[in-house]
Amino acid sequence: MAGIRILKDKCVGCKLCVGACPFGAIVMIDKKAEITDACTLCGACVSACKFNAIDFERGAVANAVDVSKYSGIWVFAEQKDGEPESIAYELLGVGRELADARNTALSAVIIGSNLDDACRKLITKGADKVYSVDDASLEKFNDESYSGIFSQLIYKNKPEIVLLGATTYGRSLAPRVASRINTGLTADCTKLEIDPTDGKLLQTRPAFGGNLMATIVCPNHRPQMATVRHKVMKEMEADESRVGEIIRPEVNIPRDLVVKVKDVVKTITEMVPLTEADIIVSGGRGMGDPKNFALISELAEVLGGAVGASRATVDAGWIEYSHQVGQTGQTVGPQVYFACGISGAIQHLAGMSSSDTIIAINKNPDAPIFKVANFGIVGDVMEVLPLLIKEFKSALK
Amino acid sequence: MNVIVCVKQVPGTNEVKMNKETNTIIREGVEAIINPFDTYAVEEGARIKEETGGKATVLSMGIPSVAELLKETISVGMDEAVLLSDRAFAGSDSLATSYALSMGIKKIGDCDLIICGKQAMDGDTAQVGPGLAEKLGIPHTTYVRKIEEIKDGYIRCQRMTEDGYEVIEMPLPAVITVVKEINEPRLPSLKGKMKAKKTEVTVWTADDIGADKALCGLSGSPTQVVKTFVPEHNVDSEMIVGTPEEQARNLARKLLSMQFAIQVQEDE
Ligand SMILES: Cc1cc2nc3c(=O)[nH]c(=O)nc-3n(C[C@H](O)[C@H](O)[C@H](O)COP(=O)(O)OP(=O)(O)OC[C@H]3O[C@@H](n4cnc5c(N)ncnc54)[C@H](O)[C@@H]3O)c2cc1C
Ligand SMILES: Nc1ncnc2c1ncn2[C@@H]1O[C@H](COP(=O)(O)O)[C@@H](O)[C@H]1O
Repeated sequence: MAGIRILKDKCVGCKLCVGACPFGAIVMIDKKAEITDACTLCGACVSACKFNAIDFERGAVANAVDVSKYSGIWVFAEQKDGEPESIAYELLGVGRELADARNTALSAVIIGSNLDDACRKLITKGADKVYSVDDASLEKFNDESYSGIFSQLIYKNKPEIVLLGATTYGRSLAPRVASRINTGLTADCTKLEIDPTDGKLLQTRPAFGGNLMATIVCPNHRPQMATVRHKVMKEMEADESRVGEIIRPEVNIPRDLVVKVKDVVKTITEMVPLTEADIIVSGGRGMGDPKNFALISELAEVLGGAVGASRATVDAGWIEYSHQVGQTGQTVGPQVYFACGISGAIQHLAGMSSSDTIIAINKNPDAPIFKVANFGIVGDVMEVLPLLIKEFKSALK
Repeated sequence: MNVIVCVKQVPGTNEVKMNKETNTIIREGVEAIINPFDTYAVEEGARIKEETGGKATVLSMGIPSVAELLKETISVGMDEAVLLSDRAFAGSDSLATSYALSMGIKKIGDCDLIICGKQAMDGDTAQVGPGLAEKLGIPHTTYVRKIEEIKDGYIRCQRMTEDGYEVIEMPLPAVITVVKEINEPRLPSLKGKMKAKKTEVTVWTADDIGADKALCGLSGSPTQVVKTFVPEHNVDSEMIVGTPEEQARNLARKLLSMQFAIQVQEDE
């Protein structure tokens, strides 16, 4: 029977477990730890206890499979108009490492229309095989048809690991497929490794808005599925000499779909969408006024970057929600992130702290944003930004 | 039209602070709240019910104390509240949660639309909505920012994408997950508060909903957490001082001298 309990004779009352519990489910009674009903059996306390005083019995699991029957690493190659998205190449980058560690093949799965060029590109970027399901009806992403096809391919070919991007489409497709196949799915991973002792996939991801990292495994079910954050994994250099196999698998393409995509509307008119941008210039309430946001756009334009915003400015109606960075907005990881007049609330940091270089401009030297900034300027954005724009303009001319 | 809104209790992370020495979350004073995204789901559910008639039920799986939070949703437009609570549910990952909620929804019965939040703030997985739709064998659309039309057996809605939105039509019953842009949640009215006080939350166990316990909680969860740790934020911080002119010039120089995209564009 599954369950968790404190071994009272081993508990020394150090309270380490109390602090480690993300759910506040451990209390001290008579100087010993006690687990309350709020416990979700996440197991965080077990690794925190230095005295082996917490006994955690997981018990049997349902729907376990014979894991030895599964092999190969798969990545889902998201595409638009027949062109793979950059996330597909990032997945191939990490997939290559995993495949080499497991000594197995790396395959890309692409679903769409007119995919011949795309298949070739996926091979130069690391795929050994490409499963291409190419049909005019599949041009646009559709949850119903794509999940139907992807599940069929997984059932038939039994890959051990399946990775998808943690994008709008990936985060819709992956849970649908995992639920159909009855396997585990770890969302939004930022690190993937093979456990050298048993070959399992170690999936590390942020939780609680980036305050806590968790490493998750899927020991008894296959495939081990994960979505991976954009801009975290590195692409391989394209190698034109790579050879690979293009497979056109026999699948039943769902025809009478009940889910219909009627229209695809682009509202973000800038050249670079937020999640794709290498440089992001973000403004916060410290910009003072919606008019002053022009400075943010101007710097972004000079640098060829995108415009971001804090929630405070979105709530005030200064800028559209699609620009919001943070826990309730977009997660971004550009090479350079400018935070202008942003205080650096934890919810904002959750969406941008994985940026390579963070620059903070804020008039308050104690603003929390400076704690994560690589370069800080204590100053007035209205003064510093125009000067900065001037500097870059003359340097980049 | 009958709607079911799924809400989850999460810790109010506003107050989450880390103890750097022991590498743990400081828990004091952290209250439980309704997952912020779910408040938009509640509001949307209330609006649909008010416009089309029918019943709005709020559904959650969680510990017994979640009942109090569910009562709050009565004061902002929900008619009934159902809580799935049983030790058998403890340790559920998103697959086991999807299963349990799907069984709860089947037991409630006669439902046209199920609304979830985009994601829960503690795990940020966004997996339960689509996973639940699959367990119910009905279609879903994620990240809904607007419902354009909803009538008998049919919904047309807008899904937010990275660079805009899509217009999607589905037959009902269906599942949608909603983003913040969809509405502005109302504040509780006095009448609503009175109603909330009088409302009894229905509590169901795994047996009550006919759930297979093997598919619930830990045993129904393929994923396992093996380690948790606090990420290190070791940043080399450099404050750039001087007059605003000097600050701007120094920062620009530093950035241009690093191997950044800024440089690459210069060459193009
Ligand atoms: C559940 C939840 C989810 C949330 N999700 C998000 C999210 O996704 N994204 C997000 O951003 N926030 C989010 N928030 C809100 C977050 O807590 C903060 O309130 C918000 O990020 C603050 O925005 P801000 O930094 O622009 O404004 P403020 O906190 O008001 O900071 C303004 C800053 O500008 C500085 N300043 C003022 N004038 C000047 C000047 N002339 N020159 C230079 N600096 C100046 C000030 O010193 C201050 O530091 C969320 C909150 C909650 C409760
Ligand atoms: N235990 C739960 N009870 C009710 N609804 C839930 C529960 N867990 C998740 N949900 C719903 O699923 C959405 C996505 O949650 P998650 O997949 O955990 O990010 C939430 O916004 C809720 O609407």
